Formats: sequence, C-alpha cells, structure tokens
Amino acid sequence: MKAVFRHELSSYFTGVTGYVFGAFVLLFTGIYTMVYNLQSASVNFEYVLGSMSFVFLIIVPIATMRILAEERRQKTDQLLYSLPITMTQVVLGKFAALLVVFAAPLDIICLYPLVLSAFGNVYLPASYSAIVSFFFLGMALLSIGMYISSVTESQAVAAGLCFVVMLVNYFLGDLAGFASSTAYSSLAALAVTTIVICIAVYWMTKNSFASLILAAVLEAGLIGWYLVDSAKFEGLFPAIISKLSLFERFYTIVNGVFDATAIVYYLSITGFFLFLSVQSLEKRRWSE
Amino acid sequence: MIEVNHLTKRYGGHTAVDDLSFTVETGQIYGFLGPNGAGKSTTMNIMTGCLAATSGQVKIDGFDIFEDAAQAKRRIGYLPEQPPLYLDRTPREYLRFVARAKGIPEKEIPAQLEQVMIQTGTLDVANRLMKNLSKGYRQRVGIAQAVLGNPEIIILDEPTVGLDPRQILEIRELIRSLGKNHTVILSSHILSEVQQVCTTILILSKGKLVACDTPENLERLFAGKSTVELTAEAGEEEIPGILAGVGHIVNRTVKKQDDGACAVTLELDAPAGNDICRDIFFAFSKANKAIVRMTAGKASLEDIFLELTNSGKEEGAQ
Repeated sequence: MKAVFRHELSSYFTGVTGYVFGAFVLLFTGIYTMVYNLQSASVNFEYVLGSMSFVFLIIVPIATMRILAEERRQKTDQLLYSLPITMTQVVLGKFAALLVVFAAPLDIICLYPLVLSAFGNVYLPASYSAIVSFFFLGMALLSIGMYISSVTESQAVAAGLCFVVMLVNYFLGDLAGFASSTAYSSLAALAVTTIVICIAVYWMTKNSFASLILAAVLEAGLIGWYLVDSAKFEGLFPAIISKLSLFERFYTIVNGVFDATAIVYYLSITGFFLFLSVQSLEKRRWSE
Repeated sequence: MIEVNHLTKRYGGHTAVDDLSFTVETGQIYGFLGPNGAGKSTTMNIMTGCLAATSGQVKIDGFDIFEDAAQAKRRIGYLPEQPPLYLDRTPREYLRFVARAKGIPEKEIPAQLEQVMIQTGTLDVANRLMKNLSKGYRQRVGIAQAVLGNPEIIILDEPTVGLDPRQILEIRELIRSLGKNHTVILSSHILSEVQQVCTTILILSKGKLVACDTPENLERLFAGKSTVELTAEAGEEEIPGILAGVGHIVNRTVKKQDDGACAVTLELDAPAGNDICRDIFFAFSKANKAIVRMTAGKASLEDIFLELTNSGKEEGAQ
C-alpha cells in the first residue's frame, strides 16, 4: 500500500494535476474570503466554505478522472494484478494519495481564520469545524469519483460522468423541494428509485435472477408498507432525498450546528465507494 | 515449479483455454508456441493472476495463484504482451515503485535497481521519460520490471514482437542469460525464435496443448517425412507419367510456370536420401526432360507446427 501511495502521490506532483487542484481550491477560497470577510467585514469564515462548495463540481472530476481509468487504458493494471499486492492495497494507497493532495491546500486554508482573528472576533470552533467537515465532504465526493474512474477506461468519460454525479449531488437538496410531498407520489417515486437501484445492481453483477428477486422484494415491501400505513409516506421522498444529500449536511455544519452524524455519514459513503472500487477492479479479472 | 491443472477459460460462449494441464520444471526455458488466438496470452494471464480461470487451478511452488496470491506472485515476474509502463515516468522511478510493491527492503533497492538496469541494458536511459523511449527500450524496462526481486520464474508474453531484427537478437540474448538463473517461460508465434532459445516447446492450438517436447525430439518425431522440390522442363500433364515408377511419393503438387517449366513439390514418406533423388533424376532423363533445379529437405519444425495446429483446427470444427 505504501508503494502505491508514494508512486501515486509523486505522479500527482510530477504532472500538473496536484498543482491545478491546489491552485483551484486556494483561488476560490481567496476570492470568497475577500468578498465575505474583507469586503463585507463578516467574521464568519465558515460561510466562505459554504458558498464555495461548488468547487467540488470541478476539482473532484479533475482529481479522480485518471486515477483508475488510466491504469486500464495504459494496461498498467496488468502490472498491479501481477504484483504481490491486493486490490484493496491499490485502492487504499491511491485514495490516501488523493487525500493528501486534497489536504495540502486545506492546510493553508487553516491559517485563514487565524489571520482573520487578528482583526476581529472570529469564532474559531465554528470556522475549524467547517474546515474539518469540508475535508470529510471532499473525501466522500472523491471516493465517488474514484469509483466512477474504475468503471471506464476513458479519462474523458470518467470526468464527464463524475461531473454529472457531482452536479446532481449538489442540487439534490434544492431538487427535493420541488418533489411532490403527497403520500401517493412518494410511493411512486420510491418505486421508480427501487427499480433504478435494481438495474444498477444488475449492471454491476450481471445476475438477472438476484436483481429480479431484489426488485420484487423491495417493491412488495414498499406497497405492503403503503397499504398498512400510508400516512408515513406523506413527504417521505423529499425527506429521504435531502437526508441523502452530502451537501445539505455540510450546510448544517456551516450554519453553526456541528452534527457528528454528518461525519459518520461521509465516512460510510467513503467506505462504501472504496469497497465498490475494489470490487470493480476484482471483477475485471473475471470478465476481461 | 509450476503446475497447471485442468485449466479452462471461457469468454461467453467462446472457449479460449480448454482443459489445459502441464508442469513446468525448474531451470529451463519454455516456449509457448501457437497461432494467434491459440490461448497463449490467456494462459499466461491466468498463470500470473491477472485473470481468473473458469475452472482449474495454477500452483506456483505449491501456492495457489488465487488462494495464496501474495506468496505465489512473489515467485513470478511477468511481462505482459504490452509492457505495463507508466509513460510519464522515468524507468528509474518506475522500477523503484515495482521494487517497493514487490516488498524488496528499502536498503537493497538502489543496488537491485542498478543490477537489473545493467542486466537489461537500460542504465543509460534510466532518467528519460518512458514515453520518449523506443519500443526496444520499453521492452527492456518491462523485462527489468519482471526480473526485479529475483523471482524464480519469469514469464514473458511475446517479448520480441514489434522489435527490429537487431533488437530481437539482443532480447533473445538477454532471455538466454536469464535462463541460467531462472525458469523462463516465453510465448511466441515465431517458430525459429522458440527453436533457438527454448529447451522445451509447448505447442498450443485452440486452447489445447497439442505437443510438449524438446525441439530435437519434435523434429525426430517427424524425421520420417521429407519433401523434394524441383523444377523441370516438362508439360504439366506429362509429370504423373514420368514419376509413376518412383517410390515413396505420397503427395504431389504440380504448378505450371510462365516459362513453360513446371514447379513440382513431392512429399515423401522416407528421408529424401540420394537414392530417391537419383530415381527422380533418371525418371526425368529417361523421358528426355531436363530438371533445372532440385532441392531435398527434411520436415522442419515449421511443418510440424503447421501440421499440429491444423489438425487441432479440424478437431475444433467437429
């Protein structure tokens, strides 16, 4: 794992990716700090991070597009398979390098609240909890990007797909507001979502029997539950959506409520997508 | 030592490797020979853990390539068909990464890198980006990567493909020198290469092993057969009559040339010794026709290869 980590980290910094990534984060932090903290004389550094969370739409695809896709295109994945290391070590090593690249500009950002506090009354716990959760939010998004990179061998496809996923994630909270909140429409939306999930399961496993069984069980459960207690479905779908939104939870912390479950949620998402990335690499050995 | 037991690999409905079993002994150079699509690369990919088999198992020194992957892979160095190089890195950086991933102690890495780079002749390009290296050097870096950590077994998939003749000779020389301290398995569809370098030849066809022997034994197996090629100034229709009295001829192809002469190829069921050639000569001279050219040859490995892989084709069709 250490070998992969060191190799990956140095390839971020022998190329331009690592620098572009850092520069981008710092550029936007700079602009927003100037506008919020300096021009408007606000003491809340956390709002800077809250407003610039859209940078993830750009930096996550840039940072993750080549991470696994390029191995496959250059056929260097054959080297990784034949070396005495496991795919888990490969994924963890690469992800650790990615986190270091992401943490580098955040280290510099950590100085901002300190500098600002010299000129005003900055509430540091709020600022730093925002920075910490900014890191964990980024970690979860980067793990999603890494998984997307593992399913294709084209960097461009990985970047495009990743951008769309980030975009949907970013607007998920807003979209939830538009969803109809009647019990019946929640049922319909959940039923469709279930089918989409089962199609995704089929696509990943190519096991039509298991996917059909899963779909049948989930749909039957939904309808059964609806028949028993339809009142629970009132507003259920929008509520689930906004709970799932990675960004919404970050905004809660930005607004001054340090919600530890958000961090747990980010860690779970990261774990889940790293697991999927490992599986995706393992699977290639079977189907190639 | 490698044991391959009843290996089968299917891609959808296509069977790439079909119930393949063989054993590789220590300290020899093995050659996998077969036409394109015979399952050479697939077999090598399975042997090195890059690909999972549909059924069957591969054991390296008793360690299963899937169950005890780390132990088994430590004993193997593998160069796939396309050298797996990070083109935006230098050979030195790349080899350092491979050395670390193979678990070579940090202290020994510089010395080992130096040694494999000298061995493979890549020292003078060690600090150039690999995307700027020629195919020959890339192949060498690929071999260096396989040799690192001194594994007992080195598996090379078509190591000379796409190289110029001089590079081919150099790589062959390198493989021969590797054969002194390692078990080497290489694949090729070029017969002369395998014949020159390898001590044992495994011929694959349609995913099956059709022959496994030393080059000499394979040739001896077919030594009874030979061919005679000749050009005679005679009409196409006269030749069967002229050759009617000559024995040992099992097959005859006659082709008319533009200058009026005929090119004749005779397959014999005996070595083409002087006696048979003399019979052929006098048969033509009795008919008052001149032989302008005549060559006798023994069955080459090439013929054996074609015969074995062709019969495999027929089996596959049935």
